[in-house]
Amino acid sequence: MDFSIASILLLDGFTNGAVYALLGLATVLVFTVTRVIFIPQGEFVAYGALTLAMLQTGKTPGTVWLLLILAVVAALMELLERWRHHGNAVRAAQSALKTLAFPAIISVLSIWAAPQQFPLGVQAALSVAIVTAFGPLVYRVAYQSLEAATPLVLLIVSVGVHFAMTGLGLLFFGAEGFRNPPFWDERFTVGPLALSGQTVIIFVVSLALIVLMWLYFEKSLRGKALRATAVNRTGARLMGISSHTSGQLTFLLAAFIGALSGLLIGPTTTVFYDSGFLIGLKGFVAAVIAGLSSYPGALLGALFVGVVESFGSFWASAFKEVIVFTLVLPILLVRSLRSGHSDEDH
Amino acid sequence: MLKKQNIALWLLIAAVPLVAVLPLPDFWIAQLNYIGLYALVCLGLVLLTGVGGLTSFGQAAFVGIGAYTTAWLTLNTGMSPWLTLFVGLGLTAVSALVVGLITLRMSGHYLPLATIAWGLALYYLMGNLDALGKYDGLLGLKSLSIPGLNGDIDIGQGRLFFVLTWAILLAGAIALLNLLDSRPGRAIRSLKGGTQMAEAMGISTFRYKVTIFVIAALFASVAGWLLAHFQRTVNPSAFGLKMGIEYLFMTVVGGVGYVWGAIVGAGLIKLLDDQLQVLLPALIGTSGSYEVIVFGIALVLVLKYLPDGLWSIVARKMPSPPRKVDWQNAPDLPARSKPAQGDLVLQVDKIRKQFGGLTAVNDISFNIAAGQIVGLIGPNGAGKSTTFNLITGVLSKTSGQVLFRGSDISALPSRDISRQGMARTFQHVKMIPDMTVLENVAMGAYTRGRSGVVSSMLRTNQAEEQSLMKEAQRQLERIGMGAYLHEQAGNLAMGPQRLMEIARALCCDPALLLLDEPAAGLRHKEKQALAAVLRQLQGEGMSILLVEHDMDLVMDVCDHLVVMEFGTLLTQGTPAEIQASPAVRAAYLGTEH
Repeated sequence: MDFSIASILLLDGFTNGAVYALLGLATVLVFTVTRVIFIPQGEFVAYGALTLAMLQTGKTPGTVWLLLILAVVAALMELLERWRHHGNAVRAAQSALKTLAFPAIISVLSIWAAPQQFPLGVQAALSVAIVTAFGPLVYRVAYQSLEAATPLVLLIVSVGVHFAMTGLGLLFFGAEGFRNPPFWDERFTVGPLALSGQTVIIFVVSLALIVLMWLYFEKSLRGKALRATAVNRTGARLMGISSHTSGQLTFLLAAFIGALSGLLIGPTTTVFYDSGFLIGLKGFVAAVIAGLSSYPGALLGALFVGVVESFGSFWASAFKEVIVFTLVLPILLVRSLRSGHSDEDH
Repeated sequence: MLKKQNIALWLLIAAVPLVAVLPLPDFWIAQLNYIGLYALVCLGLVLLTGVGGLTSFGQAAFVGIGAYTTAWLTLNTGMSPWLTLFVGLGLTAVSALVVGLITLRMSGHYLPLATIAWGLALYYLMGNLDALGKYDGLLGLKSLSIPGLNGDIDIGQGRLFFVLTWAILLAGAIALLNLLDSRPGRAIRSLKGGTQMAEAMGISTFRYKVTIFVIAALFASVAGWLLAHFQRTVNPSAFGLKMGIEYLFMTVVGGVGYVWGAIVGAGLIKLLDDQLQVLLPALIGTSGSYEVIVFGIALVLVLKYLPDGLWSIVARKMPSPPRKVDWQNAPDLPARSKPAQGDLVLQVDKIRKQFGGLTAVNDISFNIAAGQIVGLIGPNGAGKSTTFNLITGVLSKTSGQVLFRGSDISALPSRDISRQGMARTFQHVKMIPDMTVLENVAMGAYTRGRSGVVSSMLRTNQAEEQSLMKEAQRQLERIGMGAYLHEQAGNLAMGPQRLMEIARALCCDPALLLLDEPAAGLRHKEKQALAAVLRQLQGEGMSILLVEHDMDLVMDVCDHLVVMEFGTLLTQGTPAEIQASPAVRAAYLGTEH
């Protein structure tokens, strides 16, 4: 290995690492606010990339139908629960409609837009919107009534959701893989490095999103409310911050980040209905490096995972997954030695 | 007397050879073989997840270790499968130990995360190693056989294999049931409710967490060994993460807290899986593993609406009968030597605790002599409970020293302090609600027994069990709880629950008893009964440290009072002196200006 190969591998690792960083951040965000270890984060990635691929072919993406079904289920749950709770049919119907409205608008828009062959940018925005709408619905349907459950139960629920979403991905997208066109075709050469436009976009978008998230959590009231929920749920509720709303908002952000990550990696690799899982899990390893609690930690962890992966595939390409996932054990060992004792008791 | 569960068990045991001779089609025998193998893995998960409150998604990887070990060794070295079984168990135990030792010190969700990563890594390793045949796996394994009169008898297929698998499965189930009803079993059952109580009873919770993780992995490894020789081929697809998740799913559906739930869940999911794999692709029109959709949704629904699984419905209809009292003639547990009347039992010397900039306990010192009841009082937030936790080793001290019967216990963790004969109760009652009062109290005598996991599984621990139960009954009767022996602890009212905690502490054969607000939430009559119990214990030579808000009780029973305010020692003396002290009045009632 010489310097030029090393720098190429490093660039490659950082590029993937940037995407893992986004997913790692989403994982940390979801865990701190809702205590859900969100295994299906990667499914949003695959959904995002494949929805765009479907729009490219001029067909209505299967995700739209799935979104509608899920929205109807969520709305019915909302209706029944509110009704049983307050006994007020009008208010129950109102809140059910509120659940239904956004996904319905997005769906109708997509069905109309799909055959029009809009430019790539518009289709990308639409894909992100469709997948983002999944976030709150997934929370509403699978997690909301289990808010008080232990992290362990929530983790098992996550596994169930992951199963269902993977299977539904197969149902709605088929077993075929897609590779999206790059958003920017330019190529740059910097010394030995060949930088593609897509790589630049990945870095810029990841960085922008991280800065935006930082601003959101530091400066906006909503962001601060989420942080308050992350620190103390009961306290936050007493201050009038609804844990339902916090959960749905968190999942909205997670789905948004997932969809965006899907668009970012779509042009660099062929995405199948089940590709999201491994990508998401690598974001996950990054989050574990950060102890599921630190955003900068997850960012550094993700870049580390990306670099390990790219060097791993250079030296022992068959074993790159083995290397990446075995990495968790020494990391946990270090964390375990540093924490010293169990922090289970409340 | 036979328990109903035991009858069911004997019926099941009798059914195994019966099924084998029934004229069932071979297809169904094969199905039952798979169900038996899966249920064996699920048994491990019942112990780990249902009883211990930990979870692993990587059980399939342990099945894989068992399967690949025997496949590679029998094919490449010609070793007998009956030996490779133990090599596989050894390898499994080592890998489970590594994963467990690394993750189990941290909070509960790190183990499942580590097992996900570990399961994936192992899957890709099996799929990429040339020696293991990459994704094609290893082919041409021999069936299991035992030497017979006319050459070897093949027991690795069909009906004979069915008998072998189910015999192992039922033996495993019985071993688990035996384990759960024993000294180490009660320790394992305490893990789910947090570690503080168990540690205070002298139990090393970390050791038991690692132990049950290893046991669960060993069950999976045996299943892998059987599977390899039954299928006569191994490849990575059976040991991936999806299968690992499916094992957990089976267990959750069947009832994660019940040994029999493992078999019900494995059977149901295996049959459902087969049906769905045919039905769904036909319905949808293309092939693909669509069954995961149904499983995923079903898993969420089960956790929402039937979190205890299917077997909980059966279990509710079959309440377990009271334990048979067979320990009247059991020998007493050895008792430790007690300090002579008037000896110093506890010397607290300038202990201090700082949380960041806040000094919660500021250089507190006091002594307790044998046979003395000392009360620790003070307004809310004075640092009484923190002092209590510093003495018992639940919190570490910033500085200061604690001597217990002359030896320094300042740096010991709470379980070692408990082993030296200092027992405590908790401000908020900590117990195992689904165990009987007797079993809860027997946990207090944990450090006075020795029997381990293996002897409990084999039921060679019965003499000791009888002594433990006898001691638990004696302590319950000592404080007037003799009528409640077989009651479920969770059904007790607050008063009896607090008394039960005292009995549990007494079971540890302590020289010093620390009671954290024992009268909180008690009614007037119950308080009087408590005061009587405390005086009776004192009469028997026990020393007691009492943290309490109820002044009537404190002034009534204590010989000596230590008053704290804002983390510092305000004053100490006899109840009469304290009542006369203007400083104490000011602390409680404020001063006139």
